[in-house]
Amino acid sequence: MALISCRDLCLAYEGKIAVDRLSFDVSPGDYLCIVGENGSGKSTLIRALLGLKKPRSGSIQYGDGLKQSEIGYLPQQTPAQKDFPASVREVVLSGCRAAPFYSASEKRRAAENMEKLGLTELKKACYRELSGGQQQRVLLARALCATRKLLLLDEPVTGLDPAVSAELYRIIRDLNEEGVTVVMVTHDVDCAIERARTILHLRTVPLFWGRAEDYRESEIGRSFMASGPEKGGDEA
Amino acid sequence: MSLIKEMLSYTFLLRAIIVGGLVSLCAAVLGVPLVLKRYSMIGDGLSHVGFGALAVAAAMNAAPLSVAIPVVVAAAFLLLRLSASGKVKGDAAIAVVSTGSLALGVIVISLSTGMNTETSNYLFGSILSMSEEDVRLSLILTALVLLLFIIFYHHIFAVTFDETFARATGKRAGACNALLALLTALTVVVGMRLMGSLLISGLVIFPALSAMRLCREFRHVIIVSSALSLVCFLLGTVASFALAIPTGASVVCVDILALLGCFGLGRLRERG
Ligand SMILES: Nc1ncnc2c1ncn2[C@@H]1O[C@H](COP(=O)(O)OP(=O)(O)O)[C@@H](O)[C@H]1O
Ligand SMILES: [Mg+2]
Repeated sequence: MALISCRDLCLAYEGKIAVDRLSFDVSPGDYLCIVGENGSGKSTLIRALLGLKKPRSGSIQYGDGLKQSEIGYLPQQTPAQKDFPASVREVVLSGCRAAPFYSASEKRRAAENMEKLGLTELKKACYRELSGGQQQRVLLARALCATRKLLLLDEPVTGLDPAVSAELYRIIRDLNEEGVTVVMVTHDVDCAIERARTILHLRTVPLFWGRAEDYRESEIGRSFMASGPEKGGDEA
Repeated sequence: MSLIKEMLSYTFLLRAIIVGGLVSLCAAVLGVPLVLKRYSMIGDGLSHVGFGALAVAAAMNAAPLSVAIPVVVAAAFLLLRLSASGKVKGDAAIAVVSTGSLALGVIVISLSTGMNTETSNYLFGSILSMSEEDVRLSLILTALVLLLFIIFYHHIFAVTFDETFARATGKRAGACNALLALLTALTVVVGMRLMGSLLISGLVIFPALSAMRLCREFRHVIIVSSALSLVCFLLGTVASFALAIPTGASVVCVDILALLGCFGLGRLRERG
């Protein structure tokens, strides 16, 4: 049974359609990369999967025991977070439920996730004083406190230098191999194809959904990859 | 020392110190998430609404708080709704509501009683205005603010740090924001007649800003902000008594000095 299945999904902002006629599934253990140009509806789709945006029509169903609130999410940073006075530990813990206080098992879980992402030494450090790569790792640890099953990542390496990006990709890959399902929006097509199991190419409507190997051979995949590098340059 | 002894011998001063100290504490605690959410001017907007409400209450010969509390709480929710709908930006919404109620208040005053000391007290605060009722009210308010803040502390942190993530992981961000707005509204109303409508928002903003310069952990920011706010209030009150200047203005000035000091300290630490 699929973790998420979207059927004939349509998402719109006040009449302007951002995503249309989209059907796809995310199966357990999948590594799905969502690619497409700017404004093609990728972030909107992520917001819908998180339950932050109501579909205009069509449906999103969660299966395999997944609850909507059990999805880990790595957002792009908002400017407000940049000067936020909080310790790494406080940020990571905030991924836990807290009902209304953190339970012993939640605290343990946060400590495990900090350990997993190499943050244990930094746990007292101030979030705003970390490097961009470290901040992303903190947010990833927080996301892991919210889920054991599914991670949604929206352009996680934007603004990071290549070495740090590679490190972050490796961590995500490891998590996927441990059984966490990954859905990642990315600009970096080459990298997506290298790592992902499944590709969804979006331009408001889906242009491709299927295995990464097949995408590489497809017409649309080849032309998008050819135009990829200069777009990657813009982003950096 | 003898000055402080003299101050404590006046019942009205003692009352003012209790009410003011408690209100400073509440404002400082609430100020931290409000400042971090770029929403600190809500205190300012609500105090202007409070001024309008007090003016109307005076014109109708009603008990000031019985009018001001519901009106200010309603305004707080209205501001939240306006900025959440995204049609008006938060700061613009606050400016609209705040100047609107100030204008209404001034019109009501000039049509009814005319400008007198009482109306000037609404604007700039008066240390003489605190009754036993106010002391009781501020005690209840403080208990309520601190209790709710502690219970929902982790949720408030999560929603302040990253509202989208908090919503996505099933935390009730809307309820959290409403709670903050409600508690801020109550704090503003209770503190307004002591500190003055024009100055009460200083209590919300300054201690939080100062503490944010010094601390690197959210929990510490809250604690330092409250402590700083209390100390500044007491120093400001003593100064206002010694120099015979209005309390609200004096407290805000001490808060500004503290802010400058904290910026200096922060700068020093960055270098050192
Ligand atoms: N909050 C919003 N209000 C109105 N339109 C929006 C909003 N967010 C995105 N859009 C529009 O929806 C379309 C898809 O945007 P988005 O999902 O952010 O694309 P992507 O993430 O692929 O770059 C764009 O045309 C964008 O202008
Ligand atoms: Mg996007």
